Amino acid sequence: MLASLIIVFREVLEAGLIIGIVLAATRGVPGRGRWVTAGIVGGVAGACLVAAFADVISDQMEGTGQELFNAAVLLTAVVMLAWHNAWMARHGREHAAEMRAVGRAVETGERPPQALAVVVGAAVLREGAEVVLFLTGIASADGGGAVQLALGSAGGIALGALAALLIYKGLLNIPVRHLFTVTSWLITLLAAGMAASAMAYLTQAGVVSIGGEELWDTRFLLTDQSLAGQVLHILVGYTDRPSALQAAAWVAVVAGITLLTRLARPQPPASSVPAE
Amino acid sequence: MRRLLAALLVAAPLGVAGSALAADGEFTVVIKDHKFQPATLEVPAGQKLVLIVENQDATAEEFESTDFKAEKIIGGGRTARVNVAPLKPGTYKFFGEFNMETAQGTLIAK
Repeated sequence: MLASLIIVFREVLEAGLIIGIVLAATRGVPGRGRWVTAGIVGGVAGACLVAAFADVISDQMEGTGQELFNAAVLLTAVVMLAWHNAWMARHGREHAAEMRAVGRAVETGERPPQALAVVVGAAVLREGAEVVLFLTGIASADGGGAVQLALGSAGGIALGALAALLIYKGLLNIPVRHLFTVTSWLITLLAAGMAASAMAYLTQAGVVSIGGEELWDTRFLLTDQSLAGQVLHILVGYTDRPSALQAAAWVAVVAGITLLTRLARPQPPASSVPAE
Repeated sequence: MRRLLAALLVAAPLGVAGSALAADGEFTVVIKDHKFQPATLEVPAGQKLVLIVENQDATAEEFESTDFKAEKIIGGGRTARVNVAPLKPGTYKFFGEFNMETAQGTLIAK
């Protein structure tokens, strides 16, 4: 039971942290609970579908289907995260007025696009497919341990939900005028980490052969296998031995999203200086 | 006869080290009873590798390593190719995430 709990928890932790950040980033947006739930439900349904067709997917593109699929899902999430940040930069404000701005946006009928619901769905789909494959394998092999398996899995999911709650509550402690800046950065770093992960899949698929060499080794500081390492991996894309390609993708996404949000910010009116 | 002996002498240490050469740079690992066979693999450092992982179990396994980047789910009875970027000399662990107590392996890059 403990084994299945740990395995399921490791898989859902990523989705849990992302859900917590998304909830904090959309605080004050009416109806966001519905959209996040829709993302989760859609992700679970998608995960079952992906798991059912795992072999078919894997066989595509000369056996690289699984890696390409994972990379595609990750990069889609990167685009969604960038879109969300750009939208918030255009329609939000930098200081205490942020909450009111979102409220005002709602009055005028504008709402942040449901890009983050897609991000939630993508995360749940990726991790959920692995959980489903793990569970169906164990269940078919060891019929007698079904109760243990169910309990362990439920426990793992509960811990993942706890992680979501912890990060959400933790972020809500931030004063409102800073909350959107902080969540905007968290979203940028989340996207950068996902881009780096996508690069690892593409390297594994043999689709890219450049930049595979290890840049540095920080295992002495924090290992990928530790819990803190895994949390940091999800939040900022930390990996103890990044490849050059991963580091380049990370930097490119941070720079790209930062530039995008700068550009998206509304420009001050040109005629602010009265004519002489 | 001497050539055969010579070939066997060359092949024997390779067999002991457990590096099953398929094609150049390709190495095969079998998953059986939730264990890797061979559990230790010698590979050349500094060149691209392809690990051919054959899952002879009935259930899926997630072939994974944080030491060299690899993460692939391999269905029961299926075989997968995993590309590994050139490795520095050293020891690299890999595991089957769905059966971590038993599915543990090591790559030794020389």
